[in-house]
Amino acid sequence: MARVTDAPKVVTANRLQDGAVVWLTAAGDWSTRIADAQVQADAAGAEAALGIARASAARQEVVEPYAVDVAVEAAGPRPLKTREWIRAAGPSIDAIPTAA
Amino acid sequence: MSPTAAARQIDPPANGLPSHAGIYHYDQVDRDFLKQRVEQFRRQVARRLAGELTEDEFKPLRLMNGLYLQLHAYMLRVAVPYGVLTSRQVRQFGRIARQYDKGFGHFTTRQNLQFNWIKLVDVPAILDLLAEVDLHAIQTSGNCIRNVTSDQFAGVASDEVVDPRHYAEVLRQWSTLHPEFSFLPRKFKIAITGSSADRAAICIHDVGLIAKRDADGNVGFEVYVGGGLGRTPFIAKKLRDWLPEDQLIAYLEAVLRVYNAYGRRDNIYKARIKILVHELGIDAFRNEVEAEFARMPVAEYRLEPTIIDGIRARFASQPYEALEPISGVLARARLEDQAFNRWVRTNVAAHRQPGYAIATITLKPAGGIPGDVSADQMDAIADLADHYSFGEIRVTHEQNLVLAHVRQDDLPALWKALSAIGFGEANSGLITDIIACPGLDYCALANARSIPLAQRISERFADLDRQHHIGELKIKISGCINACGHHHVGHIGILGVDKKGVEAYQLTLGGSAAEVGAIGDIMGPALSADETVDAIESVVGVYLEQRQDGERFLDTLARIGHTPFKDKVYASH
Repeated sequence: MARVTDAPKVVTANRLQDGAVVWLTAAGDWSTRIADAQVQADAAGAEAALGIARASAARQEVVEPYAVDVAVEAAGPRPLKTREWIRAAGPSIDAIPTAA
Repeated sequence: MSPTAAARQIDPPANGLPSHAGIYHYDQVDRDFLKQRVEQFRRQVARRLAGELTEDEFKPLRLMNGLYLQLHAYMLRVAVPYGVLTSRQVRQFGRIARQYDKGFGHFTTRQNLQFNWIKLVDVPAILDLLAEVDLHAIQTSGNCIRNVTSDQFAGVASDEVVDPRHYAEVLRQWSTLHPEFSFLPRKFKIAITGSSADRAAICIHDVGLIAKRDADGNVGFEVYVGGGLGRTPFIAKKLRDWLPEDQLIAYLEAVLRVYNAYGRRDNIYKARIKILVHELGIDAFRNEVEAEFARMPVAEYRLEPTIIDGIRARFASQPYEALEPISGVLARARLEDQAFNRWVRTNVAAHRQPGYAIATITLKPAGGIPGDVSADQMDAIADLADHYSFGEIRVTHEQNLVLAHVRQDDLPALWKALSAIGFGEANSGLITDIIACPGLDYCALANARSIPLAQRISERFADLDRQHHIGELKIKISGCINACGHHHVGHIGILGVDKKGVEAYQLTLGGSAAEVGAIGDIMGPALSADETVDAIESVVGVYLEQRQDGERFLDTLARIGHTPFKDKVYASH
């Protein structure tokens, strides 16, 4: 079980149809941009957001929603863990091999 | 396995596969099976999208079809049976990469191909395209007998005693959807070779088979069991020194039955056969297998010579030309062009057919991503295979490709063509021929990134003069303890770990997946990525200072021990 922390949180999942990383917005829908994610200031807010996300999963819109710790910066929320930062930003490498 | 296999006819023109490529040629029975299987999964995907299946219900079904959900997208792992492909199959990979992925694919340490950016809704159409060229994604995931792997030089190696492809195909047919072994305690990997040099990493497989001949020329197998990497690495132990050919299936059934009966299902980390073999001890495990074997109606499982002959007949032979053993064209080109000569030294191996050679295409350009090939490069390699190697391409467990039937006269032109697409690097077996798993850039299980570290090491050691001066040195990188990057058996192994939320890398020294396998020893505390690149430099430095004439890295390490390396790497800590 994930450790409960005091850090602000956003809720994320993968979209069922294409597996894309999505973030739960204040409107209760999903965006592929973490900048659109609604930041939950406390555990109660995160749990409520997860409730919305689980209902979405039950409607076969997304897969396996969970909450992610973030820092809130001017550009928007930034995940604290490398794994989630990579999920938000995409692979840290040039994904297309280059020919000489 | 169909008893009528021997009677079936090779039917390559039906789907346009190159007729001389050394793959097992499907017939209508095989193709109908694949078609049914695709239709079954198409319905399962539709039911998932319609909400009739939950993710918990769908997950085991998609895994049975090689479909994972990774960090950014679905990943489809395509089986490449014992690593052999035709040019048409590789072009089809390119088509799928362009149409359904981001224009590239990734060759893995299990001789398979992964597409990293797949949409669930597209998977049935992709499986249709794969089935068009006799490919699928069955047995690339789940707790079944996985796609059998083999020596990439099978059938052409100058040191080969028995062609292992025919037996790998026997095992593929035996294990495909085997009802008794589709829900094992954990996954089960079999590798087979038929040469004295082990290019298939036999020692790190659940079962490793070495095909050989007795004094009368009869084929049999040396059987190893209980090898594996991951959280608890073990080198396989010898189970049988000689298993007659006709008992191959019966004996492996006995091994799998003992595993199925006694393998742990209560703890995923202790569920592989290596744990059972370790806890029982090899002698007790052997007794259990022999007892099961003795109880079996062995005659019913007999691998009849006609079946082997039938399968052998389904592998096209290559119409080699009668050539002089040594090519004058090649000799002159080597003298005239040192860069080409260097490539021949590392990337070309002896062929059993006079005048021919085996060419390894290292998918490791300086600073590149190990195992990644773009769609355009796939097309170009397929063209080269058609032009120079009877339309056949092999995949290696070291994430490289092989053209197995190249006329020595053609090697200069082949190298130039490979160089033009970025794959002419003369580094097979050298320090930049790095194995790296996808790591945290793609993989949902990873703790740390592997690819960027591989790229940085590759850039640091890009100078080919220096690489050739260092000689054979195998670096293998895994982004987590599951060890898909084989770090335990790297001469230098690198394991990515999560150190309080920060990526760090633990180094091991002295591993090997060759004939005498060894698990590397941990050097010391984990390092940052920057420190790791410098640590590799330090290890290489100690080796070059200390090596004596003719010593490879592993030889020097064995002679002087780990301490000088450890002292140098951690001197500044």
